[in-house]
Amino acid sequence: MGEVKKHDTPKVDQLKTGPWPSFVDDIYSYAEKHKKQACFDIMGQMELSYINRETHWKHGGIVGVFGYGGGVIGRYSDQQEKFPAIWAFHTVRVHHTAGKWYHTAALRKLCDMWDNRGSGIVNFHGSTGDIILLGTVTDQLEPIFFDLTHQLHWDLGGSGSNLRSPACCMGKSRCEWALVDVQELDYELTMAFQDELHRPAFPYKFKFKFSACPLDCVASVARADMSFIGTWRDDIRIDQEAVRAYVRGELKPNAGAFSDRDWGPFDIKKEVIDLCPTKCMYWDENEQKLYINNSECNRCMHCIAVMPEALRPGQDTGIAILIGAKAPILEGAQLSTLIVPFMKVESPYDELKDFIYKAWDYWMENGKNRERIGELIQRIGLNKFITEVMGLTPIPQHVRVPRDNPYIFWKEEEVEGGWTRDVAEFRKRHPA
Amino acid sequence: MGIEKFKELDPIYTQPYDPTLAEKLYNPEKPMENRITDIGPPYFWQFMPPVIQKNYGKWVSHEIIQPGVLKYKSETGDVVYVVRCGTPRLETTDYIREICEIADKYCGGYVRWTTRNNVEFHVTDEETLKALIEDLKNRKHPNGSYKFPIGGTGAGISNIVHTQGWIHCHTPAIDASGIVKAIMDELFEYFGSHKLPAKTKLALACCLNMCGAVHCSDLALVGIHRKPPLVEDERLEHVCEIPLVIASCPLGAIKPATAEIDGKKKKTVRINVDRCMFCGNCYTMCPALPISDGEGDGITIVVGGKVSNRISPPEFSRVVIPFIPNEPPRWPTTVKWLKKIIEVYSQYANKYERIGTWINRIGWERFFELTGIPFTEKCIDDYRLAYTTYRTSMHFKFTKHVDEVFNAPEIYKVEQFK
Repeated sequence: MGEVKKHDTPKVDQLKTGPWPSFVDDIYSYAEKHKKQACFDIMGQMELSYINRETHWKHGGIVGVFGYGGGVIGRYSDQQEKFPAIWAFHTVRVHHTAGKWYHTAALRKLCDMWDNRGSGIVNFHGSTGDIILLGTVTDQLEPIFFDLTHQLHWDLGGSGSNLRSPACCMGKSRCEWALVDVQELDYELTMAFQDELHRPAFPYKFKFKFSACPLDCVASVARADMSFIGTWRDDIRIDQEAVRAYVRGELKPNAGAFSDRDWGPFDIKKEVIDLCPTKCMYWDENEQKLYINNSECNRCMHCIAVMPEALRPGQDTGIAILIGAKAPILEGAQLSTLIVPFMKVESPYDELKDFIYKAWDYWMENGKNRERIGELIQRIGLNKFITEVMGLTPIPQHVRVPRDNPYIFWKEEEVEGGWTRDVAEFRKRHPA
Repeated sequence: MGIEKFKELDPIYTQPYDPTLAEKLYNPEKPMENRITDIGPPYFWQFMPPVIQKNYGKWVSHEIIQPGVLKYKSETGDVVYVVRCGTPRLETTDYIREICEIADKYCGGYVRWTTRNNVEFHVTDEETLKALIEDLKNRKHPNGSYKFPIGGTGAGISNIVHTQGWIHCHTPAIDASGIVKAIMDELFEYFGSHKLPAKTKLALACCLNMCGAVHCSDLALVGIHRKPPLVEDERLEHVCEIPLVIASCPLGAIKPATAEIDGKKKKTVRINVDRCMFCGNCYTMCPALPISDGEGDGITIVVGGKVSNRISPPEFSRVVIPFIPNEPPRWPTTVKWLKKIIEVYSQYANKYERIGTWINRIGWERFFELTGIPFTEKCIDDYRLAYTTYRTSMHFKFTKHVDEVFNAPEIYKVEQFK
């Protein structure tokens, strides 16, 4: 390694202080230790952006590895003379593990590879979920891919008009509210759809996210074209003695989540019963007993979250499938819409795969360029999507409220006598 | 080709990295030679510590024993303690190696990340837990920032999920990591404590593409543009598909045109600037329509969204501050307003109320009054489905806004209602 060229970065340097971990200190420490010109150059370009208040990355750049149409994002500096070490600074998306668990042996080896072939800068993790390796040149892409697959048994994630790397919450690995094995589901579907993940065949991106309960820690309802959320359909399990322990103040409400403020003594009526959105709960003061009318419960989980030692979700569990969430581009932001309220899922998940293919086939056939499936549903109508595309029977659960206008697209076969009428006959009854 | 579903650590990871192997295996003349594809990520099971493997699906309850430290109990009688630390997300391999060093020392070599960029360390006894916490508190970067601040649980603010910004993105209107650092420095006390009325999730997206969807966050920042794209007539026909560019505009503001440059006719486009809403979608489709501008770009603040189904359904965040200029490196105006919103929320909301549920109870007019955020016509929706946001009832409160606009005699003029 020769001499490195450092840049003055007085503005960026101001982010070295303060209590929150400083990425600037981290990158400069790394740059000094490893004598990495790319790290000095990227801080230099950052400083320029802090002066101009504009990005200095050129538009796009199509690069990749042979046979894949995703996983690598091309990036080129528009200040290549000033910052030659980052003239090309491509991103490599490395598919994170389900639940984001790692062993240090694998992470260290990944770090060694990235020190050798890239800038040493990473994201743990990118927004979709992948481990992001930030900054390498085109010549290194194939060697990186060979290192990943041969030496790390690790594949790239999705980008572009592909299935994006699916993501799930920690599920059964650590959470007592996991109603479905989202990690296994995530892994199995990821493996089943490797072709869709690596080779773009869709009108636009498509995201799967799996949350094991309705608290939705991975924000699947807001981020996924297809959201899989765990739920249950039997009764909430109650430990009445533990409920009484909360009422007596012996257990901390909400597992101690409110510990740094005096909210007064726990009040089960005010904090649980009155906040229940369906008012399906009753605390009998005399009996010192909690009653839940489970058939009226909408499984919002507030009571369970407030009294986790006393209440647990039911045991007849499955997933709900919601479709169509996306960010504002283009037609405005959307949340996913409930399509399947309950489905039992077990390996090899054939029923689920059939469902997914049905939605994809229609979208690939009918979706416009850069039209997300949620926008396609809006364009054709939810009713048509449910009945004609997915072959399902509509139920009230599909809507928040029924339509307020009677502008219904009746079909001819639904109307007695059809649409063919004789105007002469009409005029016999109603002279003009 | 598939890789085994390893239940124990794949032996490949115990072999040292060979920096020369790829060059031996990869042959540019025969690109398919030695190529392994479609193997997916490593199977997660091998990366979970023994206590997690043993108690998978058997956990019965959890407790937050102090901010950032959780204890889980299993039906087997086992317990696991978790220490959650914020990370900046943008980091180096040396930072990851330091995480590995900690995980090797205390956690048997296992570590996990959360969806919100926190790293989590797992131990099974209190003594190791104490030593781990002490160790984490003492690790600092050269200029004093904590490497691993403990927190991110319960009724506090979460780590900020965010996008790339100026460090790596080609379409951002704002930076990401720098703004996040400036905000988290200022709101640091709320990350490591439980003193807010409920969990408060923060997010940042550096443009409207929102590769990190922020539109359902308690408090979020979105980068926006305010100047229509420049049109590079010279270059456009060479680098863009004109029909795709025209179709990319959600408002039909782009039309085909011909420009004459040095006597040559060039196919290009024209933008109806009165119709442009500055979404930047055309630039995503066409590099000859640059939209970024140091003066034009800045931050929109949205509040009140959530994704959890707890008590009330998931909800979108709403625009409360339409524009704050980029103020690197510390973005003081943005930070000031975020802090103000958090403080007002903390003062007035009931226990368990998220920012959005609190606002739904008190009304948006009261939110604007309490926070002192000026309400302008920019906060009234005029895009698709705007009508669903209009007030069509008599359910409103008499805040200062009514007094200021409708009770001051001098403004009872016809002009006011034109």
